[in-house]
Amino acid sequence: MIRLTKRYRFAASHRLHAASLSDAENRELYGKCNNPHGHGHDFILEVRVRGRIDETTGLAVDQDRLDALVKRAVLDDFHMKDLNTQVPVFATVVPTSENVALEARRRLCGAWQDTFGGRGPALEAVRVLETRRNTFES
Amino acid sequence: MLITRKAEFSASHFTARPDWTPEENARVYGDSANQPGHGHNYELEVTLQGEPHPVTGMVMDLKELKEILQREVIAPFDHRHLNHEVAPFDRIVPTTENVAREIWNRLAPHFPGGEGPRLHNVRLWETADVYVDYGGDQA
Repeated sequence: MIRLTKRYRFAASHRLHAASLSDAENRELYGKCNNPHGHGHDFILEVRVRGRIDETTGLAVDQDRLDALVKRAVLDDFHMKDLNTQVPVFATVVPTSENVALEARRRLCGAWQDTFGGRGPALEAVRVLETRRNTFES
Repeated sequence: MLITRKAEFSASHFTARPDWTPEENARVYGDSANQPGHGHNYELEVTLQGEPHPVTGMVMDLKELKEILQREVIAPFDHRHLNHEVAPFDRIVPTTENVAREIWNRLAPHFPGGEGPRLHNVRLWETADVYVDYGGDQA
């Protein structure tokens, strides 16, 4: 088996605020990430697939197909958006990068079969790099 | 314990099968099928698995690892056209996947395990946005 990892980028803003906590508790918990106006990052989304090298083409994954899937399922909805107000799931789920990674993985899994069929590569991991210092893997 | 050494090489290639029409190659490989080719600054990360030697405290002398990487990969690949100058890419398409596997095949005999380190993983970055990991047939 071989693993291929591809990096994609999206710029988005978010605010960390849990509705079940008081304003004071949110400020205490999330600190500057609770700023009411939000803040943004140049997120990097890493998608890792696992498959066998097709001995005819030398390829383990059709990268054009993977690119199109990631664009359609994730980037089109996340890039240049405010995650809290413009991506419906984050109206009720705090858009921490943990949850952004889980949501991206859920979206990719949901469309994987239609994109690659039964013989394609498997989705192994989704990583979100929020900054150069913080990475989240699902 | 895992130890990793990085190395770089710059090389040109194209990805196309000689027995396919230009249209078939363009459909599967896109612009990467264009000849005479294009180049990349490849980055290689080689990971070995082993235990630190009780006397030296090292899994392997990194100078020796560097020399093996230089001899087996960097010298034959750097500033070469992979399709035309580096076997087996005269008959195997030098996709990132195949280049990583070829590097594994060249390095694995040097690190069989047992008393010494075993080759654990070859990571090959083709660009800053795509890399492959190959850990042998069984991985």
